[in-house]
Amino acid sequence: MKLPQKLVQRAVQVGFLLSLLLAWHLLTATGMVNPLILPTVPSVWKEFTLLVASGSYWPHLRITLYEYFVAISIAIPSGLVIGYLVSRSRYAIRVFDPLFSSLYAVPLIILLPVYILYFGLGPGSKMAVGATIGFFPVVLNTIAGFGTVDPLYVTAARSMGATGTQMFRHVMVPAAFPVVLTGMRIGLILAFLSILGTETIVSLSGLGHQIVTLGELLKTSAMFAYIAFAIIFSFLLNWVVSTAEAKGRRHAP
Amino acid sequence: MSTAIRTGGARSAPAYREILARLFGARLADKIARPGATRLIIVIGVFILWEVGVTFFGDPLFVSPPSEVMEAFGGLVDDKAIVGAVTTTFWEVAVGFAMSVASGVLIGLAVGLNIFTRRSIFPVILLLYATPQVVFLPLVIMYFGIGSASKIAFGVSHGIFPIIVTVVAGVQNLSPVLLTSARSMGANRRQILRWVVFPHMVPSLFTGMRLGMTGVLLGVLLAELYVSSGGIGYYTRLYTDTFAPAKVFSLILVLATFAILLNELARRAEFHFNRWRG
Repeated sequence: MKLPQKLVQRAVQVGFLLSLLLAWHLLTATGMVNPLILPTVPSVWKEFTLLVASGSYWPHLRITLYEYFVAISIAIPSGLVIGYLVSRSRYAIRVFDPLFSSLYAVPLIILLPVYILYFGLGPGSKMAVGATIGFFPVVLNTIAGFGTVDPLYVTAARSMGATGTQMFRHVMVPAAFPVVLTGMRIGLILAFLSILGTETIVSLSGLGHQIVTLGELLKTSAMFAYIAFAIIFSFLLNWVVSTAEAKGRRHAP
Repeated sequence: MSTAIRTGGARSAPAYREILARLFGARLADKIARPGATRLIIVIGVFILWEVGVTFFGDPLFVSPPSEVMEAFGGLVDDKAIVGAVTTTFWEVAVGFAMSVASGVLIGLAVGLNIFTRRSIFPVILLLYATPQVVFLPLVIMYFGIGSASKIAFGVSHGIFPIIVTVVAGVQNLSPVLLTSARSMGANRRQILRWVVFPHMVPSLFTGMRLGMTGVLLGVLLAELYVSSGGIGYYTRLYTDTFAPAKVFSLILVLATFAILLNELARRAEFHFNRWRG
């Protein structure tokens, strides 16, 4: 009997992840590894269920989300506006696009110490890092999206007598939309990751801070539970943003 | 991301060129109006604004004008500890990058060349790639110590995935026609790898290497900023803590220049190896 290919592939994937879990369990349950360094699977699971059931994650998550929303409400509008303004002239694109893409290649996280100096150890410096890092994919894709609208469409619309607003609403926006949407997705994800990262490096509160604090207190099981929580949360965010992108693409204006 | 822009031909903006022509005459205006020259002028303008703004309104504890940053840069070059720190970071990045490329290409080929592993293992790799790795930073330090090992490990974990993904993508896009015709002409497995798979993989490999380099640099810096006893990340934190902004900014400028140069180099290589496709 020949098993369907799809099933075998799924089995390999699940098997791979399960065997990782099993290896972890065997290493810790037999006492080969100090539980302070790598806690046992059941203890992490217990902490995790406790964490989710008691809702004790909420104060930390709330801070992180607050920082996140401020960061993206700076990064996305400014990226869209600046990107659109630059894309209006081919000359401006040639001047500014290499500038933005070079800066995008710099690991901007190095600005963190400076931001801490300016905005303090609290949420301010995280918002600044998130906004800075989230800005670049948005601005670059907005330039790319609005800068590459097929001239044929523009000429056709103009020859049919489209006004400026009509041109923007019915030609430019629909043509640029998919690329801009992708930029926004990348910006939304990068902003979250960089906020999580800066909280880990130095902070007073938030999810990343909680992970580090628990690690320093050697409460490794609780730390792993928070790590799992942060991973699941960011997968969730990833899924929400990607679904929104796909939906937006289908209902393109 | 921005490679799709078609901007050929836009040598200058007419209105802008006209203003320049009135000021400097037509010959000079043409030179200044070139996008590259204008870009340079904008960058210099930002530095001048920074200089003037900071000299008159800035608090010297928090921000330094570029002239002082340049002066501090001279001091940094003389300081043995700083030179050591910069070398440490570059060394960590180099080792991390070499390890990422070597293992990334091997894993990418192993996964990508076989349809079964590509369909079954590749999604697992994509899942790992999508995992936010920063949350593991405290663990990485716990397991690898605060020295260079943890920085290299964190750099590799950031740099390896883009390389694997682009190698798999490069192998995947291989047209079956090419493979069949190579085989029908009697090529053996090694010859196919060398003359069909390899040339096809190279352009996307360079894309992967560029992304991987950015990843390694990010990973190393994150780990250095988190906890370390040397490297650029450590000294930027030290100098901000001791309110020496001129030194901080000159270290940041060193790093930014390094990152931009590497990126540009990789982009050129990418372009160069893509040319044969026409």
